[in-house]
Amino acid sequence: MNYNWDWGILFREPYLEWLIDGLGWTVSLSLIAWVIAFSLGSMLGIMRTSVSPTLRLVGAVYVEIFRNVPLLVQLFLWFFVFPELLPDDAGMWVKREMPMPALTTAIIGIGLYTASRVCEQVRSGIEAVGIGQRNAGRALGMSETKVYINVLLPNAYRIIIPPLTSEFLTIFKNSSLALTIGVVELTAMTRQIEEYTFQGFEAFTAATVIYSVVTFIVMLIMQTIEKYVRVPGRVSVG
Amino acid sequence: MHYKHILLHATIYVIFKINEEKQLMKNIIKLTALSAVMLTGLSGQAIADAGDSRILKRIQDRGVVTIGHRETSIPFSYIGNDEKPVGYSIDICLKIVDAIKTELDNPNLTVKYVPVTGQTRIPLIANGTIDIECGSTTNNLTRQKQVSYLSTTFITGTKIASKKGSGITEIEDLEGKIIGMSAGTTNEKAIKAAIKDLGLNVKIVGVKDHSQGWLALQTDRVDAYASDDVLLYGLISKSKSPEEYQVTGRFLSFDPYAIMVPRNDSTFERLGRVVMSGLMASGEMETVYNKWFVPGPTGINMKLSDTLKVAFEIQAFPN
Repeated sequence: MNYNWDWGILFREPYLEWLIDGLGWTVSLSLIAWVIAFSLGSMLGIMRTSVSPTLRLVGAVYVEIFRNVPLLVQLFLWFFVFPELLPDDAGMWVKREMPMPALTTAIIGIGLYTASRVCEQVRSGIEAVGIGQRNAGRALGMSETKVYINVLLPNAYRIIIPPLTSEFLTIFKNSSLALTIGVVELTAMTRQIEEYTFQGFEAFTAATVIYSVVTFIVMLIMQTIEKYVRVPGRVSVG
Repeated sequence: MHYKHILLHATIYVIFKINEEKQLMKNIIKLTALSAVMLTGLSGQAIADAGDSRILKRIQDRGVVTIGHRETSIPFSYIGNDEKPVGYSIDICLKIVDAIKTELDNPNLTVKYVPVTGQTRIPLIANGTIDIECGSTTNNLTRQKQVSYLSTTFITGTKIASKKGSGITEIEDLEGKIIGMSAGTTNEKAIKAAIKDLGLNVKIVGVKDHSQGWLALQTDRVDAYASDDVLLYGLISKSKSPEEYQVTGRFLSFDPYAIMVPRNDSTFERLGRVVMSGLMASGEMETVYNKWFVPGPTGINMKLSDTLKVAFEIQAFPN
């Protein structure tokens, strides 16, 4: 290959700072989006398994819409189309006054999309605990809510830790799509370094290593949680 | 017993002899074939001379010249109506391809087009996927560490586009307003530097590419969009209501465009320069320019500037 290697570029001003900044945005975007995804996803998962047909329908419609439209398209819709549907003043506020419009849109967009996936996992977890447990809880005189809080959810969450880990990892990788609406996260910073210095191979290698390290740390954390909450003699080992 | 022995020896001897003969014949045939191959090889080399050029050698071996092109750099290099890459840079590159055909004495060389983006053009040149990049690439000294450039084909610089009636003409008018630009471009560098030097309070919004930047300007997400002036004129000419937009202000950066080739191959570079020098000396360069810019297939209508005219004259070296 006819290429001038210069690994030093990664440690030179201002490029090192750019990479650190980018990593910061990637991590904060992903974590906040994950909070949205996890809480909303759990709620929807509960709705999809509830006894009320209306709640089940709402959950199902949400999942069908958000899981079936590509994330990239969703981000575009939120960023470019959604503000145009609002009344003029509100639209202008979203486009200009809202703190960090691109970042906020990306967090919400990625959060809502991932929520639909978390929802399906919570649902499958609850279903895996089984109808017997639910009936047993009811027979003991617990209310529907109590059954969820004391019986179904504690078991369901333990079962779905491995697939939830995958979703958590995916959100870090999906966060790179935010660059398409102008969030300067890690991948965008990498591209910027490439554009400024033409040292693309070094920059993208750095990004690859950083993403791997981040996802590796997430995996370790999730494995620790899994070990910590494990109930001896019950549920699968991931 | 004895005569049998002799007979056996004799037979073996004869068989050996025959074998030797065969071997000799084979060797002669091999030698002839080999010399024939060598002769054709030599004669081939004598006519088609790749010289010490790595790239010409590669083109000769593959029988293909691979051109890297952009998809939306209007009118330099973009996908035309019949789904084929066309444009000002492509036309110049095809002249260079003609010269390569003559140099290698291979009129059957085919041209293969590979689309590139701002991010992929350098890696694809470096790893040998493309032989020559014909787009809208600024020639600067940092980039010359990685690639080489042929003669300057166009001169542009950073300007700002805004809606008519917005009262924006110079960058100073953007105090307290929002400006958008394609992230990671030379334009971004220039605008950031200007804002810092002038001590202005302007909010900067990075976008992924020109079409998104234009969308941001259209939907009032930004008050102005900064880019190379020629690209701004291109965007306006393509927009639904061109009369609503304006390109204003002084040049905030200096961007000479050039055709990009792999580095460390002066023979190939020289071949390209000879072609372009010839085009500039004969005035053909101006004809090609007018075909794409005055008014051009997209109605961009940019007359040959005095600066570029002088640049063509300077780069027309004598034979």
